[in-house]
Amino acid sequence: MSKLFQETVLVQYLFRNPSILIFLGTLAGVCLAVTILGEGFGLGLISTSFIKTLGKTLCLCIIAIAMDLVWGFCGILSLGHFAFFALGGYMIGMWMMFARTKIIVIEAAKNNVLPPTPAEISEAVGTQIFGVVGGAEIPMVWAFADSLWAQIAFIVLVPGLLAYLFGWLAFRSRVNGVYLSILTQAMTLALSLYLLQNDSGFRGNNGLSGLQNVPGLDDVPQSILSITFFLVSGLALATTYLMAAAVVGSKLGNIIRGIRDNEARVRFLGYNVESYKLFIFVLTAMVAAVAGALYYPQAGIINPTELAPIASIYLAVWVAIGGRGRIYGAVIGAAFVSLLSSYFTSGQAPDIPLGFATIIWTDWWLILLGFSFVVVTIYAPQGLGGFIEKLARQEKG
Amino acid sequence: MAPLLQVDNISVSFDGFKAINKLSFEIGETELRAIIGPNGAGKTTFMDIVTGLTRPDSGDVRWLGTNISLLKQSESQIAQLGIGRKFQKPTTFEAQTVYENLLMSLANNRNPFAVLAYRRSPRDEDRIDGIARQINLAESLDQFAGELSHGQKQWLEIGMLLAQDPKLLLVDEPAAGMTASERDVTVALLKELAQIRSVVVVEHDMEFIRELDCRVTVLHEGAVIAEGSMDFVTANQQVIDVYLGR
Repeated sequence: MSKLFQETVLVQYLFRNPSILIFLGTLAGVCLAVTILGEGFGLGLISTSFIKTLGKTLCLCIIAIAMDLVWGFCGILSLGHFAFFALGGYMIGMWMMFARTKIIVIEAAKNNVLPPTPAEISEAVGTQIFGVVGGAEIPMVWAFADSLWAQIAFIVLVPGLLAYLFGWLAFRSRVNGVYLSILTQAMTLALSLYLLQNDSGFRGNNGLSGLQNVPGLDDVPQSILSITFFLVSGLALATTYLMAAAVVGSKLGNIIRGIRDNEARVRFLGYNVESYKLFIFVLTAMVAAVAGALYYPQAGIINPTELAPIASIYLAVWVAIGGRGRIYGAVIGAAFVSLLSSYFTSGQAPDIPLGFATIIWTDWWLILLGFSFVVVTIYAPQGLGGFIEKLARQEKG
Repeated sequence: MAPLLQVDNISVSFDGFKAINKLSFEIGETELRAIIGPNGAGKTTFMDIVTGLTRPDSGDVRWLGTNISLLKQSESQIAQLGIGRKFQKPTTFEAQTVYENLLMSLANNRNPFAVLAYRRSPRDEDRIDGIARQINLAESLDQFAGELSHGQKQWLEIGMLLAQDPKLLLVDEPAAGMTASERDVTVALLKELAQIRSVVVVEHDMEFIRELDCRVTVLHEGAVIAEGSMDFVTANQQVIDVYLGR
């Protein structure tokens, strides 16, 4: 009875917010179409590698929503959210790599006369994973890598804690605007340099690899794994969208927009601005981390270059192009720009010979992106989302 | 009249310039008080100190309701104690509706989690309707604050302060940029507000203060030079010299 009631409330909620309904409908349609057309469960018209690209794109849409919440709605231009994204990837990657190596080690030791002791297994796993950085011992940070549930908890706890500490220090000192952006870039760079060191225990510049193989599911073909990850990413995107819409639609949404527009005024209304910023910063860091944890198993590899400061700047560009302060804008921006980016940088786009020079898109794409960013900033500050809304208004009246 | 706010011998200087110089006075409960003075007399600095924006070099500001020093409180804590401030320039949240502006201001739990879980209650709806009628914006609840006229924005800001339910209202130049009829409404509104709470008005406009018909404090170079009724202070020779004579 109560479930029925909740369902009705959800249905009512969706009908009061048609944009959410349209978004969820479109997303469901895309997921269904890809499933039917793709390899794995469907007709096989879409290749597994493209399904992976699409699945990764959905994860990028999730982090774009996080960016829109923190920047578009709360006015904090964080250029560090890809650090949280990558941390989430590292957390799940540790389990995937550890558990799979352990299975391989045990498998290899099957024919031994004596079954291997736990210490031997641990040493063999250590050599397998850390031999590449000249170690055999399993570092302290991998203490829970054998437990999927512990690492799943770490996906949100580790980036959440980092965001909390960083945010607490920065917001309490009233660091604002461009100074905060620089500080978040510094955080990203510091974390990237830390992970790059061989003795920090994250395999240095090798990063974690082989993540496309899910431990214990070696018999399942990649086509099935890919479409499953794609669908889980789609579900995660839908959940994130609903969560973001609920936050933005609540009174807290009014407050954070108030902070964006006039922070001092919100303070004089009696709100502790710092704790609101911290709440949004930590929440979005956790969302970014979940997106990363879904992204890297589809990418197959994660290394410290993923945390390069430029990645977080791209994120801001996607959200700006899609339209800040509207959740679907962030999704459109991330999907549109990142798909276009993978088209141009993968060499699929035909070169354009101009006679005196040739436009090679792998080189020219960044210039095109930079140029579009400038054009959007000047001529369409509301981004693609604002453009759609303008068209919708003209349609009406 | 029991005192509510006690300003005790405060001084503050910016780069050697003494903005406030051993300033002391008291505001009583449900008192309407006007503060006047020439530019640079320290009127706005005084408000900044009371609301926690500026820390004085010496002296103390005590909130007598709970007998605590305001100097150790943050801006948001001071606001929660019951001190509301209206800025010189109307500052509302222009990208949000009148209703949302008032809703945010309502005296409710300010904790982020409580705010996230907040659901509209009939009690709050009634309160918002009541305030909207009081500030003549009952018809404009769904309008964006940015679409209001200058005078309406001033009223909305006063409404937001009312919704906070403060014990002390600090109002900075409420009549600036208002038409004559808007001004009359504002005078009536401020008088009505002072029925159940203290209101401190900082204003340049002498005519406006005369209409308020209340106790007046004249500041000059960061200190009080005269205090009393409008007729009393305007008869004071020093006041005439530094302010009225010019």
